[in-house]
Amino acid sequence: MFSAFIFSGSLMAGFLGALTGLGGGVVIVPLLTLVFGVDIRYAIGASLVSVIATSSGAAAAYVKEGFSNIRLGMFLEMATTFGAFLGAGLAALISTKVIAVIFGIVLLYSAYLSFRGHEPDPEDAEDTPDFLAHSLHLDSSYPEGQVSVPYHVHHVPTGFSLMFLAGGLSGLLGIGSGAVKVLAMDQAMHIPFKVSTTTSNFMIGVTAAASAGVYLSRGYIDPGLAMPVMLGVVAGALLGSKVLANSKPTVLRIVFAVIIMNLGVEMIYNGMTGRI
Amino acid sequence: MSDKKVALSDEKVDLIISILLRVGVVISSLTVLAGGLFYLLRHEEQTPNYHIFVGEPSQLTSVRGIIETATTLSGRGIIQLGLLILIATPIMRVAFTVVSFLIQKDRVYVGVTLIVLSVLLFSLTGGR
Repeated sequence: MFSAFIFSGSLMAGFLGALTGLGGGVVIVPLLTLVFGVDIRYAIGASLVSVIATSSGAAAAYVKEGFSNIRLGMFLEMATTFGAFLGAGLAALISTKVIAVIFGIVLLYSAYLSFRGHEPDPEDAEDTPDFLAHSLHLDSSYPEGQVSVPYHVHHVPTGFSLMFLAGGLSGLLGIGSGAVKVLAMDQAMHIPFKVSTTTSNFMIGVTAAASAGVYLSRGYIDPGLAMPVMLGVVAGALLGSKVLANSKPTVLRIVFAVIIMNLGVEMIYNGMTGRI
Repeated sequence: MSDKKVALSDEKVDLIISILLRVGVVISSLTVLAGGLFYLLRHEEQTPNYHIFVGEPSQLTSVRGIIETATTLSGRGIIQLGLLILIATPIMRVAFTVVSFLIQKDRVYVGVTLIVLSVLLFSLTGGR
């Protein structure tokens, strides 16, 4: 019975995550800890597994379309995997209450980002080649209809540092940190939004694999819990992507943002009162 | 760039990666599903108490231990094997990228991907 409840909850999370583009990862941990009373370390382990599954599934589709920039992704993955490795190590050292509070803050931030929506790409006025980006062959192009649109990458050190942070959060909290990754590429490095989101999705799986490795070898991934979570999220994400093809869910996005905001407040409250 | 002269074009690499990821996710999902059926039908689900953290036994935390447990057809072992395949999928992807950059003779990116690959493999051993 327990497995069936977890499966249904994860199915909803995966479905909403795919529909809103926020990913199921952010709601899995609060769902498991607040609703099912699961220890946060088991919850993070199960969440990481579902993050790898959904991002790899989605990336498989994106890569083929030619939007993601593999060199850029690989270069930034040096920062995210190292960050994830350290974050996962940190999770074993600090108290679960602190993890819960940090998680709550990240949830509130994600809710804020999805309320605000996507800001237009910064002006292309300074779209001149950047020396560092050029020597690392990070500049590329993406398809738009029949033509391929070239773009330049900027502020490589800033983007790299933000990616390290994104990796650390991913390892500490068991989430994909897609929001921070897109922020780093879209806002800091001035990469076209479509390239940012698909490259981010592409990177999430590798980042989460670094964290999941640590969690698995530490004994934080329980098969009885991870099984219904992973299968539920994957099934939900598949359903969500089928529906997504013919809808633009602005209302749903706001509803989901409100849910995330509430979960964030509850995580912080429960963390501070020591109930997690 | 002069990608057109290279035997393995960026587009081809993209296509192979996309197939690799898809196959990895499908195989791992099916393995987890099969393990889940064993787990539920054999009533291995014995009122789990996830509120108290105890950590997993050593046979479910190392690559060798998981493979050994799975071969005994334990539901938990098979699920864990599926999860291991899932974690290995992005690692395989990075490994493949190392090879593709080698073929393209892009030395800088062979180095970059090798660094990523070693962090991934190191983390799977728990950093010990």
